[in-house]
Amino acid sequence: MNIGEFTRFGSDAGRQDKVSLAVRLHMDVPLLVGLCTLATVSLIILYSSSGQSLDTIFRQLLRIGLAFGIMFVLAQIAPHHLKRWSVWLYLFGLVLLVAVEIIGDIGKGAQRWLELGPIRFQPSEIMKLAVPMMLAWYFSEQPLPPRFWRLIFAALLIAIPVGLIAKQPDLGTAVLVAIGGFLVLFFAGLSWKFMISLIPLGVGGSWVAWHFLHDYQRQRVLTFLNPETDPLGTGYHIIQSTIAIGSGGVYGKGWLNGTQSSLDFLPERSTDFIFAAYAEEFGFIGALILLAVYLFIVARCLYIASQGQDTFARLLAASLAVTFMVYVIINTGMVTGLLPVVGVPLPLVSYGGTSIVTLMAGFGILMSIQTHRKLLPT
Amino acid sequence: MSTRFQPLFFRRVFVFGLLAVAAVLLAWRAVYLQIMNKDFLRSQGEARYSRVVPVVAHRGMILDRNGDALAASTPVDSVWANPKEFRATQAQFRKLSSLLEIPVDAINRTVYDRPNSEFAYLKRQISPEIGQSVMDLKIPGVAVLREYRRYYPAGEVASHVLGFTDIDDKGQEGLELSFDETLRGINGKRKIIRDNAGRVVETVENVLDPLPGRDVALSIDRRLQYLAYRELKAAVQKHHAQAGSVVVLDVKTGEVLAMVNAPSFNPNNRDELHGPRCRNRSVTDLFEPGSTIKPFSIAAALQTGHFKPTTLIDTTPGTFRVGNALVRDTHNYGLIDVATVLQKSSNVGVSKLALETPPEKIWQQYVRAGLGAKTGTEFPGEVAGVLNHYSQWHEVERVTASYGYGLSVTALQLARAYAALADDGHLRNVTFARVENRNELPPPADQLMNPTMSVQIRRMMESVTEEGGTGTHARVPGYRIAGKTGTVKKIEDGAYTENQYRSLFAGFAPAGNPRLAMVVMIDDPQGKQYYGGEVAAPVFGAVMAGALRLLNVAPDDVPPAKARLAMVGGAR
Repeated sequence: MNIGEFTRFGSDAGRQDKVSLAVRLHMDVPLLVGLCTLATVSLIILYSSSGQSLDTIFRQLLRIGLAFGIMFVLAQIAPHHLKRWSVWLYLFGLVLLVAVEIIGDIGKGAQRWLELGPIRFQPSEIMKLAVPMMLAWYFSEQPLPPRFWRLIFAALLIAIPVGLIAKQPDLGTAVLVAIGGFLVLFFAGLSWKFMISLIPLGVGGSWVAWHFLHDYQRQRVLTFLNPETDPLGTGYHIIQSTIAIGSGGVYGKGWLNGTQSSLDFLPERSTDFIFAAYAEEFGFIGALILLAVYLFIVARCLYIASQGQDTFARLLAASLAVTFMVYVIINTGMVTGLLPVVGVPLPLVSYGGTSIVTLMAGFGILMSIQTHRKLLPT
Repeated sequence: MSTRFQPLFFRRVFVFGLLAVAAVLLAWRAVYLQIMNKDFLRSQGEARYSRVVPVVAHRGMILDRNGDALAASTPVDSVWANPKEFRATQAQFRKLSSLLEIPVDAINRTVYDRPNSEFAYLKRQISPEIGQSVMDLKIPGVAVLREYRRYYPAGEVASHVLGFTDIDDKGQEGLELSFDETLRGINGKRKIIRDNAGRVVETVENVLDPLPGRDVALSIDRRLQYLAYRELKAAVQKHHAQAGSVVVLDVKTGEVLAMVNAPSFNPNNRDELHGPRCRNRSVTDLFEPGSTIKPFSIAAALQTGHFKPTTLIDTTPGTFRVGNALVRDTHNYGLIDVATVLQKSSNVGVSKLALETPPEKIWQQYVRAGLGAKTGTEFPGEVAGVLNHYSQWHEVERVTASYGYGLSVTALQLARAYAALADDGHLRNVTFARVENRNELPPPADQLMNPTMSVQIRRMMESVTEEGGTGTHARVPGYRIAGKTGTVKKIEDGAYTENQYRSLFAGFAPAGNPRLAMVVMIDDPQGKQYYGGEVAAPVFGAVMAGALRLLNVAPDDVPPAKARLAMVGGAR
C-alpha cells in the first residue's frame, strides 16, 4: 500500500474534533439526503402509477428499509476489511454463476435466480459489486499505471463473469457489470492510445456479437432504430412512453392526474418505465429536478472517490459512482427513446427488483470510504 | 502531490463531464418531447384514451288508442368478456356463475376456448340490477353493455300488427317499421375516457344528448284485439283450419280497431321471428272475395236504373249456362226479387243481373270500392290485390266477377269497402294511427255510390242475417247486423279445388247507424262445415257482440215493448 499518497489529507485533521452523530454512525450527510430524496420520489410516484395501491407502497417501503439497513451495516465496516473480502466475494459469485448455469442446463431454460430457502436472488447482482471490488483490489496491489500483461489479466477477470451472465441470457446486466469493471481499468490509468485502438476492435466485436444475439435481443435493437415499424410489439413501449412524457409538458399534469399511466396505456409503468409516469405528472421541471438529484449524488460520490485514502478505495468509489449514473442514463435514455429497450430499472425509484439492494450496498461502501478515512492514522 | 495522482484526477473530471453531457442530452430530449412536441404527443395520447361513443336513444312506446302499452323498450344489460384479459379468482368465478345462472364450465368454455378473441357474450339481456352486481365483482376482462330490449305485453295477440325490432331495437316489420322514424329518436354522443382494455373509466361530457323517440298512439283497441284474437283462434282450432284473419274498422274514420291473424307468434321470443307465422295475412294474403262482393255488383246493377230491389229474377232451375261455364246455386230458388238474390246469395240471379249491366259499370263500382288498390296504410308488405280492366272481361268473366271470382283482395281491402258501404259511400283511407279529432277528418278518397243507394244496399244486407238469410249466425242480440257471407273454392296450383274452401263473412253494425265494419276470413276449414254462414259468421257475431258492448254502442234493435218506450223517449 502506498501510504505516501495520503499525506495531503493531513489538513483535514482539525475536523476530527467535531464528532457529530452522523460521523459516529458513519453516514455521509449530503449523500444520505440525496438518497432519501430519491426514495421519497419513488414512493410518491409509485402511489400514483400503481393506481394508489397502499399495498405496493408498503412493500416498496419494506424493500427500501432493507436496502438502507444493508447500506448502514456496510458503512460501519472499514474499507480495509472490505478490501480483504473482495477476492472471496468475487470467487463466491463465480461459483454461484456456474451453479446457476448448471441448474439452467438441467432445467433447459434461462435461469437467473438462485433459491436458498426463502431467499431468492440473482448471482449476477453480486457481480455488480464483486467485479469492481476485485479489480480495485487487483490494481491496488501494484504500481499504476498498470502494465500491459496485467491489463490482460484484468480483462479476463471482467470477461469471465460477464460471459457467464450474458449466457443466462441477461445482456443488460452483463453490459452493466462489464462497464463497472472497465471503469476501474479506466481510473487505474488505462492508456488513451490503448483505448482508442480498442475502438475498431469494438466495432468488429459488436458485428460478431450481433450473430450471437438472441432474436428478441436483435429485435430490441432494430425496434430502437425505428420504433414505428412494430407499433404493437416492442415499439409499443417506446411510443407509449414518449407520448406519456410529452403530454406532461412543462409543468406536468399534476400528481395522480397522469392519463397515459393510470389508464394502463404505459406498459411497465411502475418498474422500468416509471420515469415516463413521473415525467407525465411532474413535467419538464420535475424531470430536470430528478436529473439534478442524480447528478448531485454522482458528484458527491466522485468527490468521495477523490478523497479516498488508498487506491482500492478511490478506484472502487469512482467505479461505483459512475456505474450508478450509467444506470440512470441507460434507463432514462431508453424511456425517452434515445437508447434501445433494455431491462434496466431507474435506480432507487423503480418498483421491486434486487437491484435496489445492490445499489444501496454500493452506497454503503462509499459511505464507509468517506467516513472511515479520518479514523486511520496518518 | 504525486504525478501519479494527476491522471486519476483528470479522468474523474473527464468522466463527470461525460456524464454531465449525457444529462444535458437527456434534458434536451425532454425539451424536445415536453416542450416542442407537447401538443402533438398530447393529441396522440388523447387519441388513445378518449373516444366519442353513441348513446342509444330510448325507443318510443307503442300505445293502443286508450293509452295502454303495446310495445315498450326496457333497459337491459348484456355481460361480455374479453378472453384475452379475463382473470378471475375461484371465488369470483363462483359468484359470476351464480349471478348469471350459467355453470362454471360454460364460462370456462366461453372464455378459454377462444384465447385470441376479444369479445364474447357471457349472457345477453339481463336485468340492470344483476348487471350492476356483475360489475361490482370487478373481474378483469368482464364488462357490461347497456342495451334496450323491446317487450310486447300483448304477445301473440298483436304481434302481426306491431311487427318487431331487431337486436339493435330498429323496426324490422309491421308498425315498428312503418312508424320507425317517429319511434326511433336520435342517438346522442358521449365523450368518454377509456383505459387500455377498453373499459369506460369516466364520461367527460355529453357531446349531444340523445333525443328519445316519441310514443305512437295506435288506432288499435287492445280489448277488441284480444277479443278478436280469442274468437278467431277458437274457430281456427274448432274447424282445424289452416289460417284465419279478422279485421275491424271504425267506419267513420277508417281507423283499424283490431287486426288479428292465426296462426300467430310470440314477439317476445326472438327464435320465433321468422317463417309464415309472422306474416300479417290481413294485408299480405290475397283471396277471391266470392259472394262477399255481391253487394257491390248488385249496387252497380241497381244504378243502371233497369232494376229495383223488388224486380223479380227467375233463377230456375238453379243453374245457368254462360258460354262453357255453368253457374250453380246451392238450391233452386225459383222466381225471387233482387233483395232475395242477395239474401240467398244466388249466383244465378246475380249473373243474370250482371249480363244486363255494362261491364264498365261493375268495374267502376269495384274500383270505387278500393279494389285493386292499396288501402293507404303503408303497412310493410301490403299488397294491392288484382282487378283486371273490364276490357279484358269476356262474357264468362263478366259473370264470375259479379259473384267474386277472377279478382282478389286482402281482408283489409274488403273491410275498407264494407266500411265505405256503411258510411254513406265514403271510401276512406285506412289508418293505424289514432285519429285525434273526429271532426277534422281528411276528405274521403272516393265516393263509392250515392248515399241513397248505400242505404238501399244496407237494407238488403240486413236481410242476410234475418230469418231465411245465409248469415243468421252473425246475429247480435239487440243490434241490426248488415253483412254478407262468402264461401270460396280455393285455388291450388292454378286450379280450383273440389273440397278446399275459404269461409268469409263481411258486414257492419249497427245497421241503423253503422259504427264498425268487420271481415272474418277462415282459410280451409276441415270437416262438414265450410260455408261462410257456418264457419265465419259465428266469429263475426261473437266479436261484434263484444265490440259493440265494449264501445258502448247504443242498441238499434230493441224488443217491441222497449221499442215503444224508446220511441216515446225519442219523441220527447
